[in-house]
Amino acid sequence: MNGSMTVLRILPEIIFTLTGVAIMLIDPVMPKQASRKPLGWLAAFGALAALIASLYQYSLPVGTAYFGVVQTDAFSVFFHVLISGIILVSALVVLDAVHPDTESLGELFALMSFGAVGMLLMTSGVELLLVFIGLEISSISTYILAGFRRKTAKSPESALKYFLLGSFATAFFLYGIALTYGATGTTRITDIAAGLATSHALPIAVVGLAFIVIGLAFKVSAAPFHLWTPDVYEGAPSPIVGLMSTAPKAAAFAVLLRIAYEAFPQLQNHWMPLLWILAAVSMTIGNLGALRQKNVKRMLAYSSIAHAGYLLVAFTVLSTDGVAAASFYAVAYAVMNVGIFAVISHAGGYEDRLTLIEDYKGLAYRSPLLGGVMAFFLLSLIGIPFTGGFFGKFYVFAAAIHSGMIWLAIIGLLNSGIAVFYYLRVLTATYTKPMDSSPVLNVPRVSAPLCLAMALTVAVTLVLGIIPGRVLSMARHAAETFPVFSTQQTPVPGTASAVMAAINTKAR
Amino acid sequence: MQSHPYTWNYLPLLIQVVVAAGLGLAIVGLSWLIGRGRASKAKLDAYECGVPVEGDARGRFSVRFYMVAMLFILFDVEAVFMLPWAVIYRHLPVLTGSRMFGFWEMVVYLGFVVVGIFYVWKKGILDWTNDRGDL
Amino acid sequence: MVPVSYYLILSAILFSIGVGAFLIKRNIITIFMSIELMLNAVNLSFVAFANYWNQINHQFSGQIFVFFVMVVAAAEAAVGLAIIIALFRTRKTLNVDQVDLMKL
Repeated sequence: MNGSMTVLRILPEIIFTLTGVAIMLIDPVMPKQASRKPLGWLAAFGALAALIASLYQYSLPVGTAYFGVVQTDAFSVFFHVLISGIILVSALVVLDAVHPDTESLGELFALMSFGAVGMLLMTSGVELLLVFIGLEISSISTYILAGFRRKTAKSPESALKYFLLGSFATAFFLYGIALTYGATGTTRITDIAAGLATSHALPIAVVGLAFIVIGLAFKVSAAPFHLWTPDVYEGAPSPIVGLMSTAPKAAAFAVLLRIAYEAFPQLQNHWMPLLWILAAVSMTIGNLGALRQKNVKRMLAYSSIAHAGYLLVAFTVLSTDGVAAASFYAVAYAVMNVGIFAVISHAGGYEDRLTLIEDYKGLAYRSPLLGGVMAFFLLSLIGIPFTGGFFGKFYVFAAAIHSGMIWLAIIGLLNSGIAVFYYLRVLTATYTKPMDSSPVLNVPRVSAPLCLAMALTVAVTLVLGIIPGRVLSMARHAAETFPVFSTQQTPVPGTASAVMAAINTKAR
Repeated sequence: MQSHPYTWNYLPLLIQVVVAAGLGLAIVGLSWLIGRGRASKAKLDAYECGVPVEGDARGRFSVRFYMVAMLFILFDVEAVFMLPWAVIYRHLPVLTGSRMFGFWEMVVYLGFVVVGIFYVWKKGILDWTNDRGDL
Repeated sequence: MVPVSYYLILSAILFSIGVGAFLIKRNIITIFMSIELMLNAVNLSFVAFANYWNQINHQFSGQIFVFFVMVVAAAEAAVGLAIIIALFRTRKTLNVDQVDLMKL
């Protein structure tokens, strides 16, 4: 095998691993009282290097490495870029929000890097064994990160709930893999479809698929497997919530897409209705649940359940447009969620000074910059035009309508209407004149890493909202990885493919 | 190959189960029948001979025991991967298509294990006399 | 030869016991044990399937899965017990019904 090429195919993973190992080696030999900030910068630079390496991977030809267990294709590289970017911004947010003397802060940065390795392997693995290991690396790291404020009452509780339900889901996922293996005789995602065609035990494969979907639905917190989400987000440190509500979910969605479209295309009639129900229930429960929350982090947890629902709508479309819309939505959602948690982490701090919506009263008066950025991301989460959230929803629902999912699209649009209410509640609180006793009065000064993090997320959200063509073409390119879509349809007006066709003709 | 039913392969196992159960029952039953049953303090102790028992089994013990046990599990399980590697080591050049690939893979793997040990060591987890009380 | 279905039925029963115990039990350590039971039930399935496929097309990747599942289970045990200790130190309880600071 070609040695250098093999290494290049897992270059971002290698960079994250080495970053984590370097932090683990440096942290214990540093003086106990020394600030751990340099380690945070090391993690941030590692993430930046991984981001560049991921972008570089676009130039590699599609292919597998290490005996065909990892595959670099447009799809995996797309998610590599997204996840590396999330880790980069999260490292900056942690640098800003967490006091440098915090206990075992070095470990936090190491865990972030190692978790990223797992998430990247999930997206590029085409062997279920590797996907499983990646899932576990990412999950175990996030379990620890959720309980990082271990002297408080809420943080260990949040970690425990996350851990117990996460492991429960893992066991289901694993059982699904075992049954799939039993039915098809292979654990390679790319071979399962062929194995299914000749399988004598199709019912076992169907059960296996159902278990895999259950396991992954837990990980992406789709209703009715969402019960852990609000508690975990409430108790975990805010800078970490920004990370764990986006990167592991994006990776789990990538796995779900790959398994559904590449391994089980024959069982479409089985998994499509399942995902239809998950999508409808997640959107409804997420939005209705968010309406009655007083705690901002809990509200955003329910909102993330709703967003998982919107994303699942795109799964049911069964075309390149659907996968492209899902990938695009994953980026749009991740960027705005990481962005809003950057603001929340700064305003509320690692110690969670601001919890309730009322606590945010007057944030915009105290710090116009923070208030403005918060408002911008809230508008993006609502889906106002010129933000990433708008085009994300637009492509998803356009694709759904064109493939005849009228009812799902209607449910989704109604839900987007409900969502306006609770986002606006936070928005109005931010722009209400503060009372003298308002806890928002002592918001710390905005630091350089936070500026960088906010600038990055705002810029990407604006790019997605104003000139989405480039990202969309990448998402579409990613979607074409799946062989199911090799027969190309003619572009339907208003969908991702139509926009792409227009861009292509303009380029010519 | 065999003319008798498959389950006969387990006949020795069954015999052993019967013998073990019979032996256990016989020993307990005979001592109950023949023994005189005079209880004294030494007889009722957890260990009839040996060191006298001290304290209560439910007493609390330092969390450091737990730390060491946990580290033991982790490093113990890591050794699991070395066995299959060693078994097929001679075939690895053919299997992987590269002469030293299998060797270096294990070196990398052990490198990670060493990093783990280094971290644990430097953090003072292995130091029994270090009593920070906040492990 | 014991038919592969026997192992699968046993594995399914063990897995169901694990799921049942996870849902019913109130002690965190017991809940944790039921997760381990589920993982090991899956391992049994893997080994049975690996044996079955080994005779057909020499695809015994299920056995390799078992190795990794064991390691993952050990890592999960270490992290899980650490979380449980951290929880016990702040809350002085191992009953899930009393770990309820955050509610809907």
